[in-house]
Amino acid sequence: MRLLQDQPHLLETIYKASQTLLWPFRRWLKPGGWVEGFFITAEKLGKGILFDCRMCGQCVLHETGMTCPMTCPKNLRNGPCGGVRPDGHCEVIPEMPCVWVQAWERSRNMPIYGSEILKVLPPLNRQLEGTSAWLNDLAGISQKLPAGWSG
Amino acid sequence: MKAGSRLERVLRSGRFAVTAELNPPDSADPQAVYERALVLASVCDAINATDASGAHVHMSSVGVCALLTRAGYEPVLQVSCRDRNRIAIQGDLLGAAAMGVQNVLCLTGDGVQAGDQPEARPVFDLDSITLLRTARILRDKGQFLSGRKLESPPRLFLGAAENPFVPPFDFRPLRLAKKVEAGADFIQTQFCFDVSRLRQFMAKVRDLGLHEQVFILVGVGPLRSAGAAEWMRSKIPGVAIPEEVIVRLKGVPEDRQKEEGRRLCLEVIREIREIQGVSGIHVMAYRQEELVAEIIEEAGLLPRRVQPVEAAKE
Repeated sequence: MRLLQDQPHLLETIYKASQTLLWPFRRWLKPGGWVEGFFITAEKLGKGILFDCRMCGQCVLHETGMTCPMTCPKNLRNGPCGGVRPDGHCEVIPEMPCVWVQAWERSRNMPIYGSEILKVLPPLNRQLEGTSAWLNDLAGISQKLPAGWSG
Repeated sequence: MKAGSRLERVLRSGRFAVTAELNPPDSADPQAVYERALVLASVCDAINATDASGAHVHMSSVGVCALLTRAGYEPVLQVSCRDRNRIAIQGDLLGAAAMGVQNVLCLTGDGVQAGDQPEARPVFDLDSITLLRTARILRDKGQFLSGRKLESPPRLFLGAAENPFVPPFDFRPLRLAKKVEAGADFIQTQFCFDVSRLRQFMAKVRDLGLHEQVFILVGVGPLRSAGAAEWMRSKIPGVAIPEEVIVRLKGVPEDRQKEEGRRLCLEVIREIREIQGVSGIHVMAYRQEELVAEIIEEAGLLPRRVQPVEAAKE
């Protein structure tokens, strides 16, 4: 899986393609019911194996170097903390490479979405944990910001 | 002026600023705070009150800051995302501002495993960048994150941390740019023991024009001995000490290592002051407030304007 993860350009292309593919069906792809059940299972399996997905329900993989920021022990979505070890490993789990060191390196090989890593991302909506990120995205739920944040 | 704090005024006037770290006591006695503050107050422009740094419990930073403002000192409130969620943090920012706090340093915080209670639940509801933006929303829009209006917004000079000395090195200046975009008015960096690394970082910062948008204070501090340096390097998250520094300390007899560490710190300060875009230093020395005061004096950074000490009115 690591091999595939180190092909961020391939992954971002797949992401873009699946988004384009699902977009016309958004009328039918709404959270709730068996559709969501199906998507949750698919995402748990697919993204679980590929990215060690934690089902936060607000996937930002293309904005974080196709590296799941929820696997960072501090759940950081805006970049590395100041505790990264000199060998590029995690402050909290010394044997694990820092998620953000990997995210940054991979983002350099992502011609489509690579510069998205420079964007300030809003705080996570914890209510969406365990729901389908794809459906939330199509329904515009993940894009909804805290009222004070926008503008 | 964002807050009109003394730190902000010093920085905006173009003077080289000095902040120092106060390590909160393991005590419920205010005197323990005042003893430390007394040493630092006359040698710096603002005193940072750490928020359970290294995930070790001490008196809370809000508590320490409230004591400091009562005595007329100027604190920098450190807020970490490790122990509180967005609801608690927004309330603390208002409470602190009501107690007279005008400077806030927004941090992600060390992981709980760094401390002596690793079994605690890490919160990390916000991160340093969303915390910065949240504080700016309180101040500039007069709203909570939810959009609910404040009757009276807090006036805060907002700070963030940066660590130019650990990977991913080429992302660090861009991450600084994110912090500026999120609302940082000033930056205090991790300990600098590697000036050449800092120069590279600052060159990129200047290319991005960030030094004109944010005041950068570089973290410095004395190493007590070669052993202490090795301990810090392995135990304190984010402290990078180059091998040459440890070799240099080991090169002198043990009873003179403390002196060598202090000399090294003074050299680093001298070099930092010459780097374009650096607005000041942030001096840290764990429970060695006297030594901090001596170093600031020896570095020729005195006098700072004496703080007006208004005793707390009973």
